[in-house]
Amino acid sequence: MELFQYPYMQRALVGALIIGLAAPALGIYLVQRRLALIGDGVGHVALTGVGAGLLLNRSPVLVAVIVASLGAITIELVRARGRTSGDLALALLFYGGIAGGVMLVGLSDSTSASLNAYLFGSLSTITPTDLTTIAVLGAAILVTMLALRPALFAICHDEEYARVSGLPVRALNLLLAVATAVTVTIAMRAVGVLLISALMVVPVAAAQQVTRGFRSTMTAAMTLGLFAAGSGVYVAANADTAPGASVVLMAIASFAVVALAGVGWRTLRRRRVAAADPSAVEPHEVVLSQS
Amino acid sequence: MSAPVITVTRAAIGYEGRAVLRDVSLTVTSGEVVAVLGANGSGKSTLTRAVLGLVPLSSGSVELFDQPARRFRQWHRIGYVPQRLGAGGGVPATVGEVVAAGRLARRGILRPPGRADRRAVATALAAVGLADRTGDPVSTLSGGQQQRVLIARALAGEPELLILDEPTAGVDAASQAAFAGALQEFVAGGGTVLLVAHELGPLRPLISRAVVVHAGGIAHDGPVPEPAGHHADPDHDHVHPHGPNEPAGLWSA
Repeated sequence: MELFQYPYMQRALVGALIIGLAAPALGIYLVQRRLALIGDGVGHVALTGVGAGLLLNRSPVLVAVIVASLGAITIELVRARGRTSGDLALALLFYGGIAGGVMLVGLSDSTSASLNAYLFGSLSTITPTDLTTIAVLGAAILVTMLALRPALFAICHDEEYARVSGLPVRALNLLLAVATAVTVTIAMRAVGVLLISALMVVPVAAAQQVTRGFRSTMTAAMTLGLFAAGSGVYVAANADTAPGASVVLMAIASFAVVALAGVGWRTLRRRRVAAADPSAVEPHEVVLSQS
Repeated sequence: MSAPVITVTRAAIGYEGRAVLRDVSLTVTSGEVVAVLGANGSGKSTLTRAVLGLVPLSSGSVELFDQPARRFRQWHRIGYVPQRLGAGGGVPATVGEVVAAGRLARRGILRPPGRADRRAVATALAAVGLADRTGDPVSTLSGGQQQRVLIARALAGEPELLILDEPTAGVDAASQAAFAGALQEFVAGGGTVLLVAHELGPLRPLISRAVVVHAGGIAHDGPVPEPAGHHADPDHDHVHPHGPNEPAGLWSA
């Protein structure tokens, strides 16, 4: 624990915890929408923003937020318009994003080390300014995702019904897209572009092995995210491993543990439901004789 | 009791250049229970989706509660029951959470749910006989029970008009009866219903008027046609009501 007396380690821990809490809070909506890998795509686009920031000598994180938001909005518009050409358009955006990023970083005077910091994360180099950015944006994401949960749940669960309920579906979709971009960009410093989706998706995947409802899944996923971030940074500090990779591996380890526990729990439950509710297994032939 | 609730005037609808409905006019007045009948693919679902603004009209107009659909904003007056629950992604949701979404039209997106919301959800679930399943994940319910969850979601918003798209297709007998009971209660309370159906089954006694969609137009508007004649229609394309669900699209919610 002695390492955590150093301010840079404290910043790393606090930054990781904020991201560990915010990323699953957003990720649950993406998983529900079967867009689990969208964070990865937006991350690729964010890399172009990092490259542009380094080249223009502006804050890479700030430029990345803007570029990633534009990318996420484009993806959302493609998604909303049509289904068939969607995946090709997304592929173009993803690979364009990462190629653009690598090229722009190369054009700037930065070393390959700075590219690595964004690809795989670099928690220990977080400055106090970085931490403020992460805290403010992370809090904004958390508050939005929690306050708008009923509406966001509705559009992700049944978009058509949400439309007929008069919800501002397009605005909420765009909000979700921008929130994804913001989360990706702040998480980039912690776990890196290549591992961002893991923090958004793995805690949710783990939580839903044992939960029964959306709200409980969200709470459990945020708890697991917090645990993975904290324990990952702790392991990294003591074993001198890469923090981003350690955080993600802790998340995956918690998934494995919860999934195993879930198998036993579900077997028990299934027996109980089948015994308690005979109509669930009623043969469909019953209807035929009536119609 | 004769204020028009839905007015469709000379509506034409097409998908990618292919006309589904050519010239359809339909008026539903307050308190009516109108069944839209027709063969599979006749466009009866398309007609209701157009009324809800989910499918654009290529010509003609739709009015809801005496307002042009384009300017209509009082969505809490309408309860929509889709054909089936969307796949809804991998995240579990409880019956109560799905039904609570029916309150959003009334409450708006920023206000947290209050006591009235919780009471409406409980009442709606009791009306369809699922009060004891509130905390269960919807994925553990049978197809018929899931369909009842959808009508509970619509009822929770305390609407004046219910629009149902094939509510009883593939639904077990117990659920059909619960469904008919809930609908009867709604109608007795002065509600208006527009209902797409392939077969009416236990809903038949509730229907006050039937509209048959055929060949892109309305072939019949009046009393419920005799089932024998309807089933004897050479164009009647009987699809088994218990067929497998359509696979959900990759990007569909």
